[in-house]
Amino acid sequence: MIRTRGLTKDFVVSRTETVHAVRGVDLDVAPGELVAVLGPNGAGKSTTMRMLTTLLRPTAGTATVAGADVTTAPATVRRRIGYVGQGNGAGHAQRVGDELVVQGRVYGLDRARARRRAGELLDALELEDLARRKVTDLSGGQRRRLDVALGLVHAPRLLFLDEPSTGLDPHTRANLWQHVLRLRREHDMTIVLTTHYLDEADTMAERVVVVDHGRVIADDTADGLKRDLAGDRVELTAAGPDDAARLAVLVERLPGAREVVVTGAHVSGRVADGPASVPAVVRAADAAGVGVVAAQAVRPTLDDVFLALTGRSLRDGGPAVADPDEQQAATAAGKDAA
Amino acid sequence: MSTTTTQEAVGVDAPLAPEVRRSWWSDVWLVMARELRPVVREPFSVVFGLVQPLVFLALFGPLLAGSVGGALPGGGVWQWFVPGILVMTTLFGTSTTGSNLQYEMQTGAHERLLVTPLSRSSQLVGRSLKEMVPLVAQALLIVVVMLPFGFRPDPVGTVLGLALLAVLGVGLGSLSYALAIAVRKQEWMFWAVQQTVLFPLMILSGLLLPLESGPRWMQAAAQVNPLRWIVDAERALFAGDLTASAVLWGVLAAAATAGLGLVVGVRTILRSAD
Repeated sequence: MIRTRGLTKDFVVSRTETVHAVRGVDLDVAPGELVAVLGPNGAGKSTTMRMLTTLLRPTAGTATVAGADVTTAPATVRRRIGYVGQGNGAGHAQRVGDELVVQGRVYGLDRARARRRAGELLDALELEDLARRKVTDLSGGQRRRLDVALGLVHAPRLLFLDEPSTGLDPHTRANLWQHVLRLRREHDMTIVLTTHYLDEADTMAERVVVVDHGRVIADDTADGLKRDLAGDRVELTAAGPDDAARLAVLVERLPGAREVVVTGAHVSGRVADGPASVPAVVRAADAAGVGVVAAQAVRPTLDDVFLALTGRSLRDGGPAVADPDEQQAATAAGKDAA
Repeated sequence: MSTTTTQEAVGVDAPLAPEVRRSWWSDVWLVMARELRPVVREPFSVVFGLVQPLVFLALFGPLLAGSVGGALPGGGVWQWFVPGILVMTTLFGTSTTGSNLQYEMQTGAHERLLVTPLSRSSQLVGRSLKEMVPLVAQALLIVVVMLPFGFRPDPVGTVLGLALLAVLGVGLGSLSYALAIAVRKQEWMFWAVQQTVLFPLMILSGLLLPLESGPRWMQAAAQVNPLRWIVDAERALFAGDLTASAVLWGVLAAAATAGLGLVVGVRTILRSAD
């Protein structure tokens, strides 16, 4: 569905300064996948998406999207993809129903079919009572659902969602996702989304592509990334410092154990399988007469993955600095990177 | 690309969105209709745009009559002043229209349309052509409002005069949209440029005060201001002097403005993906 090779975008900021927003990205997305592109603000994820959706011309490299080349056949790409940008796509002075009908007409539906399709989408996204409302009268969540409806008018097989839930409260986010996932099942859609919400990438996407400084630095399922790059941990509290030292020896015998650290009565270490290791080490401690007062398995988050990959936490550049203008964000953070 | 491959790529839902190649003109029409819908639904914006010209007519008109009234070429003050005010209304209305596009660029509506099959040139041309409708409506209202005050326009000249304004409006609207796209990364620049260009053009067109009373260098500068030729043409048309050479020059100036505006506008929107 998507294939990029060496996809690159440079922004010339001034005569002496060029920001390398995207540096040679190779990405393959198969039909039906739900891929999250995760990275801090300015990592290049929106710039990549803007190239894939023909909003920006690549400086170098190639990208084939839905069977057409973004540089040589952008019009074909545009006909085949759906795109929900970071901002609100509906015109502020327009009415909800009118925008959907116009969008249908844009994709070649005649007036009657465009009206029918608008009605279907309004129903599907629970906007049916709002057709005659002005766009400015909608709540944030309603506007976002309208954006998704606009992106789905032509039932695209490939949908791009750029930061779909930024600025939405958790309830509204969950509601939006419920709709998107249902529509995906119904239409057998491939979805590529960018996000800086770790939990969103973790729970929604089947595959996570981690981007930093304009490069893909990891690409796997969320579980795979955690297992390979961060790994499970066990954290135990012994009855006292002496017991802790003996407990540490037992932890080191666990499968895949490394980085075992003793701090006072506290023992922690990385293991291959956290949940299975806890009962095993507690039984071993029991048998050896080592007192254990607390034990838990800690599964890594995608932030741990990012930390392991880059030495930085994704949370440092949280949503607070989200910039509505991706291009500016890319430029600004690209500067930080440089 | 053949229809078969296309439908395969689009898949099961292909019948819903056949890859119909809409004609360029139908794209333009769609964009224009979309832009006009809020204007038609809430015509108050058209009425609101009349406040400024009416204030000028009510407060500046009498002053003009008092100070240079007798010296005005072509007789009565309204015959001279109303056509100028119509050009001013066009100038203010269409040169600011880029700010609407700026707003759509901020919200994401413009970006959404850029990712659709609507051709990009049609998006600019459709928006610019839409400018004709509110400006002609406003101009017509001003003409009607001024009739009881003694303004006596030539009927054929009025129709031609409004058509000339429409052509000018398309050109200025395109330039305004082009400016909005060109300065999209420094939005404040839009108003800085618009104001800097607007006022010299307006004053050097002789639409408020006769240029004949100005110094020679101003008259020389006015010669290269296309707006000056359009103002002269409007005055001739409304006076019924349809065959005056001023009309020909005005038509050429308006056509040149529209041509330049559309070329610059389309080039700007096509290059905005870099």
